[in-house]
Amino acid sequence: MTTAQTVAGDRIRQAALPKRKLADRDGLLAKLFLLPTVVYIIGLVAFPFVLAILFSFSDVTTGNPSLDFVGLRQWRTILGSSVFWTSFWNTLTFTGISMAFVVLISHVLATVLVKDFKGKWILRFCVLLPWTTPISLAAVSWLWLLHSIFSPIDWVLRWVGLIEDNMYWLGRPLLAMASIIAVNTWRIVPVATVIVMAGLMAIPDDINDAVEIDGAGSWRKLREITLPLTLPITAVAALFGAILTFADLTIIFILTRGGPTQSTQTLSSWAYFKGIEGGDLAQGAAVALFLFPLLLVAAIAILRVVRRAEVM
Amino acid sequence: MAKDEGGRGQKFAGERIDVTDKDEVTRRRRQNRRHAIRGRTILYIIAIIAVLVSAGPFIWSTITSFKANPDLYTKVNNPFIFNSPPTLEHWRFLLSDTQFLTFAWNTLWVGLLVVAITLLVGLPAAYALARLNMKWSGPLGIAIFFVYLIPATLLFIPLTRVVGTLGLLNNTWSMVLIYPTITIPVSVWLLVGFLKGIPKDIEEQAMVDGYSRLGAFVRVVVPLAFPGTVAVIVFAFTLSAHEFIYALAFVSSTTEKTISMGVPTELIRGDVFFWQSLQAAVVFVALPIAFVFNLLLGRFISGFTMGAVKG
Repeated sequence: MTTAQTVAGDRIRQAALPKRKLADRDGLLAKLFLLPTVVYIIGLVAFPFVLAILFSFSDVTTGNPSLDFVGLRQWRTILGSSVFWTSFWNTLTFTGISMAFVVLISHVLATVLVKDFKGKWILRFCVLLPWTTPISLAAVSWLWLLHSIFSPIDWVLRWVGLIEDNMYWLGRPLLAMASIIAVNTWRIVPVATVIVMAGLMAIPDDINDAVEIDGAGSWRKLREITLPLTLPITAVAALFGAILTFADLTIIFILTRGGPTQSTQTLSSWAYFKGIEGGDLAQGAAVALFLFPLLLVAAIAILRVVRRAEVM
Repeated sequence: MAKDEGGRGQKFAGERIDVTDKDEVTRRRRQNRRHAIRGRTILYIIAIIAVLVSAGPFIWSTITSFKANPDLYTKVNNPFIFNSPPTLEHWRFLLSDTQFLTFAWNTLWVGLLVVAITLLVGLPAAYALARLNMKWSGPLGIAIFFVYLIPATLLFIPLTRVVGTLGLLNNTWSMVLIYPTITIPVSVWLLVGFLKGIPKDIEEQAMVDGYSRLGAFVRVVVPLAFPGTVAVIVFAFTLSAHEFIYALAFVSSTTEKTISMGVPTELIRGDVFFWQSLQAAVVFVALPIAFVFNLLLGRFISGFTMGAVKG
């Protein structure tokens, strides 16, 4: 009994002694360690964000760089513009439909990828390709795949006999929207799959074993165990993908430039065309700021889900 | 543990029932085998479709990059085979007649500098959040996670002004300065997870052995965090190589561009598209990054599961 007490006592003393001695310096060290990160974020994230808000209440343009305040004029102009509302609804459609497909496809792929089978690494390599390639380059590949005359997709459809002429994927409003949704889904699925895989792998083995022993069919297992347990991480994948989607302008910039007739314009791409190409920094900044509430909602939702989740 | 034993007991019980009825055994075996074969078939069908859809554009890009002009620009030609002999002309054009190698060089050194800044700034911050108990480490971790989610689209207009004021507009250094705002938050987030996975005893022992907290961090924790750090290096480099929006807003001179922005803006001149060379550039960049990512995928997955926000 005494030996046990001494050992325990020694341990406590050993652990406590150096800690107490360094306690003050730990506090100082922590501040020093965090200082560069905090400086970076305040200087190049927080400050520009405030600047964006100031811009949106001014009449600043690239030609006239001074900040003169004009109150709510820019906001009124934007809200009164029909392009804004088109872009707003396009942003929601683009993001919502993309994410519905992403959730479905990434679940299927993750279920396959956590299994063992021959040739798995080929599948893994190929599935990750759309994510690991810079999207601006992958979009260039798609630009030709959806070409108005030489599209290989059209060639296949003609060969099968489904169409006579060309589809003009990027030339018709509905098809153009469908195209950018497809390319975006193609691009986000790998990220979502990796996140869902993390969730599937975190389901304890004994739960899986128990289910199999109970004789549950694979459908029941999916419905009663896998889906409820991976719901939180699926939500994280979807929200994360949503942020990547509504904040992206690369796919639209390269494939459609918002056209035809603004039918694929989103808030992000419109902010670029107005703010940088059009030189109207004030209105561009105001349009971009509309993304902030969307972002805030998604971020808070992610945090809530992560904190409550059991399997993560 | 108790659950596990229960499970095993049940498994044995199940087998005992089977043994008493031989027909039942064969029936179940056959059923299992049929299920297994059906499962495999479905699995491989899904896998093949996934491979075709994910990698299809790249396979096709590879073929196209070797195609001669008359072959590519004939509407009835099969786009997936060579209708006339393949040519290296467009690869040669990409590597010697365009600024592609300048873009590649810019991408490389911008990426390496961004990685260096990210580690120098991010590693200490992650250590402070993971180990040095502070009152505000919780909120700060969440703040950093939130900054990680802030997209370039929200900031590129004011940042263009900031970069201009610093005299870096139209200069590759603008990217070296701004890209860490993307890479630092995500790296801190991943590194906190990796650092929490290192047992505390090791550095406490190092401190008992006479190292200061700083010494223990530099000599013990940083080397132990190496596997996680490699993942962060690759991730940060990739993010910097992928970045398009800031580059598009900051830079317009050809020689200052990186691959991700230079290729789509320079190899497309008005209505003139250097299609095969464009596809060659896609293949040139896509394959190496994908290989490295695959090697490190396991670490990314564990990084996602051990994130900083999950207390």
